[in-house]
Amino acid sequence: MATPAKKKSDENIEQKNTSKRKRKQKQHNPNVAMVLSILFAGLGQLYNRRFLKGSIFIIIETAFLIVFLESINYGLWGLRTLGTIQGTDHSIRLLVLGVLSLIVTIIVITLYVFNVIDARKQAKKIQNGWKPMNLRDSLSAFYDYAFPYIMTFPGLLLMIFVVIFPLLFSVLLAFTNYDLYNSPPRNLVDWVGFDNFTNLITVPIWQDTFLSVFSWTIVWTVVATTLQIALGIFLAVLVNDERVKFKKLIRTILILPWAVPAFVTILVFSAMFNDDFGAINRDIIVPMFGGDGIAWLSDPMYSRIAIVLIQTWLGFPFIFALITGVLQSISKDWYEAADIDGASRFQKFRNITFPHVMFATAPLMIMQYASNFNNFNVIYLFNEGGPPVRGQNAGGTDILISWVYKLTFDTNNYSMAAVISIIMGLIVSGFAFYQFRRTRSFKEEGEI
Amino acid sequence: MNRKTKNRLEVLAIYFIIGIVAVLIFYPLVWTVGMSFNQGTSLYSSTLIPENFSLEHYRWLFSEDSDYLLWYKNSMIVSVANAIGSVVLTSLVAYAFSRYKFVGRKNGLYVFLLLQMFPVMMAMVALYIFLNMLGLLDTLTGLILIYLGGQIPFNAWLVKGYFDTIPRELDEAARIDGAGHLRVFWSVMLPLAKPILAVVALFNFMAPLFDFLLPTIVLSSEENYTLAVGLYNFINDQFANNFTRFAAGSMLIAVPIAAVYLFLQRYLISGLASGGTKG
Repeated sequence: MATPAKKKSDENIEQKNTSKRKRKQKQHNPNVAMVLSILFAGLGQLYNRRFLKGSIFIIIETAFLIVFLESINYGLWGLRTLGTIQGTDHSIRLLVLGVLSLIVTIIVITLYVFNVIDARKQAKKIQNGWKPMNLRDSLSAFYDYAFPYIMTFPGLLLMIFVVIFPLLFSVLLAFTNYDLYNSPPRNLVDWVGFDNFTNLITVPIWQDTFLSVFSWTIVWTVVATTLQIALGIFLAVLVNDERVKFKKLIRTILILPWAVPAFVTILVFSAMFNDDFGAINRDIIVPMFGGDGIAWLSDPMYSRIAIVLIQTWLGFPFIFALITGVLQSISKDWYEAADIDGASRFQKFRNITFPHVMFATAPLMIMQYASNFNNFNVIYLFNEGGPPVRGQNAGGTDILISWVYKLTFDTNNYSMAAVISIIMGLIVSGFAFYQFRRTRSFKEEGEI
Repeated sequence: MNRKTKNRLEVLAIYFIIGIVAVLIFYPLVWTVGMSFNQGTSLYSSTLIPENFSLEHYRWLFSEDSDYLLWYKNSMIVSVANAIGSVVLTSLVAYAFSRYKFVGRKNGLYVFLLLQMFPVMMAMVALYIFLNMLGLLDTLTGLILIYLGGQIPFNAWLVKGYFDTIPRELDEAARIDGAGHLRVFWSVMLPLAKPILAVVALFNFMAPLFDFLLPTIVLSSEENYTLAVGLYNFINDQFANNFTRFAAGSMLIAVPIAAVYLFLQRYLISGLASGGTKG
């Protein structure tokens, strides 16, 4: 049994200890930790007595300084100047290196900012009397914290190089004069600011071509997509009629065009529509209507019609299959109620079927429009965007994306292609952004 | 006109419309089949029902002169690697997005989806130079890496939508029993998400098979071609416009693919609809 005096002295010691610790806590200054880790990543963590974390940061920064600093410096120099010595400096390679350096720099800056914030947070915690855990616990806490980052890391890394890096590169190209005449290694490429954008609007040939291609792209997107959606819904409703037999067989047949690879069918169609010896002219048009057949490939008007028809053929089965699934989930009660009210067939479709279908599939329908806007395959494989049109440098059926392809790979007008890519990307992603936000807010409302 | 005849006429009209559509669907397909059995190489002489039935094109494809089998093998390598890789990568990403809180969770996927809407033509110039720097130009590995990176946003969004429908109580229960992060992923999430993972695998198996644009840029030597590039060159070659050979070569890959699609279309559609609307 402890005497009261001893008890008192124990309390005294304890008080002394706590006050000592408190003073030590007070002395631990978050600002010092912050300044230290700004000076060199990891120092702040050492000050916080997180030795493992601190040394990892120090190792990363040292490695970065030793390995990358020089090449990044070179890369950023290249990005700024695009090379200075004609014939030696390869501007485009410098641009690629520059973009890569930029990405690495941004990653390193992010890590650095994270290190500073982390040091400050931890120092504050210590100041407020937080006791560090032992190694094992802190490791497992770190694992918990870092787990989602570890999971996304491989995907993120790939996406940085496959999505972000090429995008940055092409956006930057739009502000250079990179084309057939200014191409490395013979010549240097220069930054030209917004010149390409002004040229697109002011130089007649660019202006004309852009306007005509752009308007055809919009017409194409709206007409072809709407046709394929309308035909898909129409056939789905038709086949869903309870009086129709052999439903399974019919559905299988109607889905066939989706199942056969589009690459093959488009090329076959382009042979069939051939002006001189295509099956459509030879076997159908000429025997039935006489004459020399229709100039499917060489007359812009007919080419456009042919392409819209082909896309409808290719695109309706997917919609058909989708809608068939939705139709089967609409309760029969709706229709029975409508029958009692004496609704006509069209009224039933308008007020029951159509809203149901649209409610369930709107996002996928919107994506159909977006994908046709960028539908390179049909246009290019059918007749490479042709036929040629006088007074402009795109073909009669060229939509923006196939025009960009031609500018890039046929005439090597990279900078203009980049300008048009940016415009297209802004249109489609703006459209999609609006749509995402609408469906999202809609959904969140629904969840409450 | 009484009710019964009207009814009968209506049904007849429905069948008539379906019949017309069926003819329109079969016409080009039958024509392709017919062409592959025609003799000679030109379109002039080929007819819907071959007058001189011959297997010469099929025989040629398997003969010593053609690289067809090599291309087939390359395509299979790319497709299988892409299917497996995409399932692994996207399920990891989707798991993190569906169950954890981290910086960028809310908008990360959407940002990438929007960025991907920018046309890829210019990107190809960049990727070409980049692959060249890494020494991966004209290799299947380089091609696969690009496919793998490009498919993540859409498929991760799809799989995340599906993961979100799996009740959280299940993984909480597993955690109480002492399962770690990976254990929950492996033993709870993955088995329940099998349908959508199958859809992702199938999509990514099919997607590279008939993509000709990227491979034409990445692959330059003929022994590295994938099927689409090789087949396209049959008809695109200025000096050997060989349409019948193209038809034969396409048949051998299109028929198995069509069969798989028809067999699995219900799962494809429901996968798209469920992941897509809930994402």
